[in-house]
Amino acid sequence: MKARVNTIEIVGAVMVASMIVVALFAPMLAPHDPTRAVAATYGDPGRPSLAFLLGTDELGRDVLSRIIYGARISLTVGIAAMVMTMTIGVAIGLGAGFFGGAVDFILMRFTDVMLTLPALLLAMAFVAVLRPSLLTILLVIGLISWTQIARVVRAETLSMSQRDFVLAARSLGASSMRLMVRHVLPNILPTIVVMAALSTSSTLLLDAGLSFLGLGVPPPIPSWGRMIEEAQIYFRTAPWLAAFPGLAIFYAVLGFNLLGYGFLRRQRQ
Amino acid sequence: MALYVVRRIFFGAAVLIGTSIITFVIAFVVPADPAVTIAGAKADPQTLAMIRQQLGLDQPLYAQYARYLNRALHGDLGRSYVRRDSVSKLIAARFPATAVLAVSAMAASLILGIPMGMLAAAYKHGALDNTLLIISLGLVSLPVFWLGTMLLVAGGLYLHSFPLGGFSGARSLILPTLTLALGSAGYYSRILHTNLIDVMDQDYIRTARGKGLSGARTLLKHALANALLPLVTLAGLDLAGLLSGVVLTETVFNWPGIGRLAFEAVFNLDIPLIMGTVLFSAALIVVANLLVDLLYARLDPRIRFEESA
Repeated sequence: MKARVNTIEIVGAVMVASMIVVALFAPMLAPHDPTRAVAATYGDPGRPSLAFLLGTDELGRDVLSRIIYGARISLTVGIAAMVMTMTIGVAIGLGAGFFGGAVDFILMRFTDVMLTLPALLLAMAFVAVLRPSLLTILLVIGLISWTQIARVVRAETLSMSQRDFVLAARSLGASSMRLMVRHVLPNILPTIVVMAALSTSSTLLLDAGLSFLGLGVPPPIPSWGRMIEEAQIYFRTAPWLAAFPGLAIFYAVLGFNLLGYGFLRRQRQ
Repeated sequence: MALYVVRRIFFGAAVLIGTSIITFVIAFVVPADPAVTIAGAKADPQTLAMIRQQLGLDQPLYAQYARYLNRALHGDLGRSYVRRDSVSKLIAARFPATAVLAVSAMAASLILGIPMGMLAAAYKHGALDNTLLIISLGLVSLPVFWLGTMLLVAGGLYLHSFPLGGFSGARSLILPTLTLALGSAGYYSRILHTNLIDVMDQDYIRTARGKGLSGARTLLKHALANALLPLVTLAGLDLAGLLSGVVLTETVFNWPGIGRLAFEAVFNLDIPLIMGTVLFSAALIVVANLLVDLLYARLDPRIRFEESA
């Protein structure tokens, strides 16, 4: 039983770590410059070959190198958006659960309203209006995906605030801020770690979806979602252009999901 | 029960008011001048002023909001700036295609997801459970737009068995349905699996086992009904989400649904249409929430008693 739980965690951790290594060492690992035409077949996508393992795109750029460099932008956006999401979600959930009463009521009704809004549509509208840039995308993803985190953190905080050690600290005169940050937060940390891993997989997918709709980080930076979008017009003649970046997204998302579920299962025991 | 129903309806209405305020705010974040969008960049100032007056844009914000809310309550969501047609009519015209896809995708997710979750729970801690966990996490991790594209390539291009997009009868429904269903099936199977394991730990299940019922019989007759309850909530809300249009899948399959409509609205900065599709979607979610709550209260008497107490 124990060994199996570890397997899932370890596989997830290895997948995530390998992604991060690829992103960090992209210049050493990529066989070609991702933004330059390196194939002689300029104007037509080139099939995968020994020289270009995953083929080349219509501008003669090496797909493998673009995917390797794409790890940088996709992972940066995914992880930064997760940090944004977690910060908002934890702050709102912690505040609502700890203070209760009117604060809780207002924050949770606001969460209810946000939960009814169609996330992707809202994200599209905001990005289109504010013009796509790295910062806009991080903000928008953070602003639309914090709701679930807030709900879970609130529930955990609620039960944690009533525990004896928190009450004891309170009776010793600890301030609300100190109680929240020093006593409640460390004890709900395991839940936060699980949610952070799972939330990264959803921010990665959301960013990829936005990129696919042409609302991602602007070119020439190759993000995986954008590569699939650019490959759409060639899907009849050069399906590999969309296939490989999609596998990269799948790999990254699965890695974070395995990691999150691995943590979750360990805690359940 | 009556008090509970009234309270839920009131709550739903309050949430919708909140949503309408947020949609209204979106419209004001948009830097584009609606009058210019309608009349074109070359329009003279008089025309622009006239259009602004017609749209009530010269009035204070709260008055504009009151006007908007009042009309929305009467089913009038305004007129699309770009398509020059009423927003409610545009949404109604796209609804059938979206609804067919939504129902078919939901059915497929449940048909695939429920047996997967049951199998995993029945063989918990076994090799099958482990395999199903990996499979369902894999399904959840698939980017829908990529899955859709790959299914199109495989089914439409290589096998020639499916149309390459558009809505043209039952055959054209299969690939988009699969695209939407695979991910949710993985998700539902995970949820059901977790619920079943929790339920199987309870005393009444132990009693059932104790009186000599077989594992499979206990699972089907005693545990499943209780474990399916939380899935009802999820599936209800997901169905509402699907009914309000799925932008990515509709884009990949060139599906003439509400998702495409919303996507075009965003690209044209067609404010009434953006607000209309967002509000429509929110209304569906609120109604679904209400129905799910009521259904839940019917199925599980404990909720009625707790809420009324």
